[in-house]
Amino acid sequence: MKNRFKDAASYEKMICAGISILGFLCLWQLVVSFTAVGELLSGPLIVLSKFVTSIAEPIGTYTIQLHIFWSLSRVMIGFALGSAVGIVVGILMGWFKIIDAVVRPLFEIIRPIPPIAWIPLSILWFGLGEGSKYFLIFYAAFCGITMNAYSGVKSVDPVLIGAAKMLGANNRQVFTTIVLPSCIPHIFAGLQIAIGTSWATVVAAEMVRSTEGVGWMIIKGQDSNSTVQILVGIVAIGIVGYILAVSMRAIEAKLCVWRVRGK
Amino acid sequence: MSKDIIVCQNLGKTFDTARGDVHVIDKIDIRVRENEFLVLFGPGQCGKSTLINCMAGLERATQGEVRINDKIVDRPGPARGVVYQRMALFPWLTVMGNVSYGLKMKKVPKKERLERAQYYINLVGLQGFENSYPAQLSGGMQQRVGIARAYCIEPEVLFMDEPFGHLDAQTRYLMQEDLMKIWEHEKRTIVFVTNNIEEAIYLADRVVVMTNCPTKIKREYEINLPRPRDYVDKEFLKLREEISSIVDKTV
Repeated sequence: MKNRFKDAASYEKMICAGISILGFLCLWQLVVSFTAVGELLSGPLIVLSKFVTSIAEPIGTYTIQLHIFWSLSRVMIGFALGSAVGIVVGILMGWFKIIDAVVRPLFEIIRPIPPIAWIPLSILWFGLGEGSKYFLIFYAAFCGITMNAYSGVKSVDPVLIGAAKMLGANNRQVFTTIVLPSCIPHIFAGLQIAIGTSWATVVAAEMVRSTEGVGWMIIKGQDSNSTVQILVGIVAIGIVGYILAVSMRAIEAKLCVWRVRGK
Repeated sequence: MSKDIIVCQNLGKTFDTARGDVHVIDKIDIRVRENEFLVLFGPGQCGKSTLINCMAGLERATQGEVRINDKIVDRPGPARGVVYQRMALFPWLTVMGNVSYGLKMKKVPKKERLERAQYYINLVGLQGFENSYPAQLSGGMQQRVGIARAYCIEPEVLFMDEPFGHLDAQTRYLMQEDLMKIWEHEKRTIVFVTNNIEEAIYLADRVVVMTNCPTKIKREYEINLPRPRDYVDKEFLKLREEISSIVDKTV
């Protein structure tokens, strides 16, 4: 019984989502077709058909899926490194008072600096190639995750730590069996934010300097006055960003089964 | 006469807070006999929880000492089991994981660990729920896990800090009944804190009535009624009235 209601609810949600997206596309098409906006902006039909044809016909050197692949591979490398380091630093900062006292003030000053502010320096330091992009994404992911991992450790319920100690856990066991698992939801919240900022950062970095990737597509579209190409790039960014966020949530749901209420 | 297993001597606790020293426990002497069910009964916020935390080793007394089996209690440890008001189950572990946690910390081999945990899971009536997570259980079932978890490390004494405080009235009666059955089946020394007079008389061998903060012992009652007790029995009601009349009233 319960399942049927759940199915019906998700069915309704899908219909609503479909209506909202279709409605937006219709409105866009109408405005472009019947007003002066059409001179400045391509309609969805043209953009989508260009999107589909660019799977076979390259834009610049690469087809669209390869552009996406380039951008994604940059994100994945920078994000993996940044989140690994961020998780470790955040947890250490949360667990050891001395590390907190020494590292956090510095971190709090660095954290509000947006990744794109580092673009000029990163090019000077790491050159025009991949290095500077990895650095920027590393930075974006690192800043997002460190704070979440830190607050994860800080918000561990002291009653649970007391309970573990009463059951015989030593400090190391408290850390591995209580602190780490209760951090996981916080870390995932951080990973979700970080994957979003990483994706935004790669686009910005590619717009400044690159020869491939979705950011490059957009900036080349501007150079050649092609709103179609710009919009194809933007659509690709939106779709990939959405897929990244959804897959992150799916991984979290798998790893944090215990947070789900009811069977 | 069985021997005294818990001995608190001149026990006092003062918290050093921003608004100055707060004196919570005032020179308490309590002795608990082996396998006795002792209930600390007093008004809300009177310092009962602090007292039980000091006895368990979760907090340190600022005065006097607690000895259990002649050993001074000064830190948390598995010789004493605690059942908490807020359950304090580990939400990422299943029922089996929670109950067997203490044995795992002691590095008991897996097979033995699971067998022993299963015994206590059955004792509290949770067979069939071994693989459920706490969030999937009702309040009463969660507290059964808490009781099984405390029992499973086979401590010398058990401390229960208003374990049924968050349960609805019906579940509470049921849990009191079941706790009695469990205790009669597996006799342990239990120190149980409550602010519910019925619960105190229903469960206790001896009720210690505490005063308001800073708390001290007001009076003790040996409860000699036969078990299982009846909440509306004449003797029960008489005791209830008598104890109610001496308790400090708080707003």
